[in-house]
Amino acid sequence: MPSTPADDEAWRGNALPLLNEIRHALDRLLASGETTVIDLGALPMGPQDEAELLAALGTGEVDATINAGGPSSVRETAFHGVWLVTHRNETGETQARFIEVAFVPELLMSQREDVADSAKALSEQLREEQNIRK
Amino acid sequence: MAIDGPTIAEVLRQQGISRRGFLKFCATTASLMALPPSMVPAIAAALQHARRPSVIWLSFQECTGCTESLTRSHSPSIEGLILEQISLDYHHTLQAASGTAAEAAREAAMRENAGKYLLVVDGSIPLGNAGFSTIAGISNLDMLKETAAGAAAVIAVGTCAAYGGIPAAQPNPTGAVPVSAIIKDKPVLNVPGCPPIPVVITGVLAHFLTFGSLPELDALGRPKAFYGESIHDRCYRRPFYDQGKFAETFDDEGARKGWCLFKLGCKGPVTYNACATTKWNQGVSFPIQSGHGCIGCSEPGFWDAGPFYKALSMPIGPAKAAIGAAAVAGLAAGAAVALRNRSAKKSAQAAHQKVTIDDLEKSK
Repeated sequence: MPSTPADDEAWRGNALPLLNEIRHALDRLLASGETTVIDLGALPMGPQDEAELLAALGTGEVDATINAGGPSSVRETAFHGVWLVTHRNETGETQARFIEVAFVPELLMSQREDVADSAKALSEQLREEQNIRK
Repeated sequence: MAIDGPTIAEVLRQQGISRRGFLKFCATTASLMALPPSMVPAIAAALQHARRPSVIWLSFQECTGCTESLTRSHSPSIEGLILEQISLDYHHTLQAASGTAAEAAREAAMRENAGKYLLVVDGSIPLGNAGFSTIAGISNLDMLKETAAGAAAVIAVGTCAAYGGIPAAQPNPTGAVPVSAIIKDKPVLNVPGCPPIPVVITGVLAHFLTFGSLPELDALGRPKAFYGESIHDRCYRRPFYDQGKFAETFDDEGARKGWCLFKLGCKGPVTYNACATTKWNQGVSFPIQSGHGCIGCSEPGFWDAGPFYKALSMPIGPAKAAIGAAAVAGLAAGAAVALRNRSAKKSAQAAHQKVTIDDLEKSK
């Protein structure tokens, strides 16, 4: 069976409503600071829908990789505040993909618990170094 | 085994996974369980206290396709699920132990986690001659009853365990029945499919792991999160059904243009599963996207429901709500196909000669 469409109309249809949803999410973000997360794995997407969506969103200024339980890529699209977040496991397989409409995606921010651990760890390190110098 | 051991959050922390990594785990778990991303904080809170459940997996009259499917789950990986998040104490295909040692592991898990372990079953249970299917000399029926007695809940994985499946196909020579026909005093959750989508199996396990309870079920005992909508309603080809655009053969213009496969026997309209959104092979595709209609493998009786390539005998309800000439044309086309197939079905039924076991034996 063909994996490439014979004509474009057959394989499209869901990118446009999603783009509209993203636009409304941007309005909400501006008005109240409310963030929106859309799970791309929960939507019926045709073979060309996703390519069309990604092409329409384009590439923006930020491209970050988080190495926590496998690499996750956090990319801002050409539309500021619209982020594409892709989670992969240790073997590089895609686990989940989200569109996040936010000023900063939550996972990019350092987490309070981790910061507390780090403050403790740095104090520990400094104490050890001071002991060595004594 | 590890019922009273560390919580999931503690296990992840011991592995050096940061809070950020934990939140990523929660986000992928939410997606896996088909829950909205807004549930991530609730999942994070629940996982702070969740402990690794003990799981006993029994395989009865089955083809091992469900286990094959499970081992291809990538999210979370089965290795991760088994080694880190659940304690799979018995699975005779996957475990290293065999014979007496394997049965001892099952008995130990049942004893140590009485009333708390999760029992997963794939395959149907023969009620005919007990010798049709045994493990370690124990009949499937006895083993199921004995193991279910101390389980918190039973998950019937695959259409055989959920509804009887292929072993129950007419004339059902072994008297195969599903788990729910035997276990009446425990919650039984059905995860049908032949096989079920890998991440649906792990998604249900993840739900139990996270919340310590089973998800909301439909009338057929299936989790609504995965089986709440029909393939047809979530199909990206659905607009073509509404427009009356159908592929008539597998190589005509309609097939090439990716039109609706209803006339080629697609059972998507009467099949409830997550194939159209979750898809297979890490979200690459699903049967309809590959050009073949749905065969309805997650529905009871799909094995005896007639030819896979005959259109359903009734046009489907939701299209009635659609407005516009195209929708009416689609409905009319569907009705015409339905009429043709009703008469074809009647003549097929009239001409149908049933084959019995005796006939098969005579023909040898």
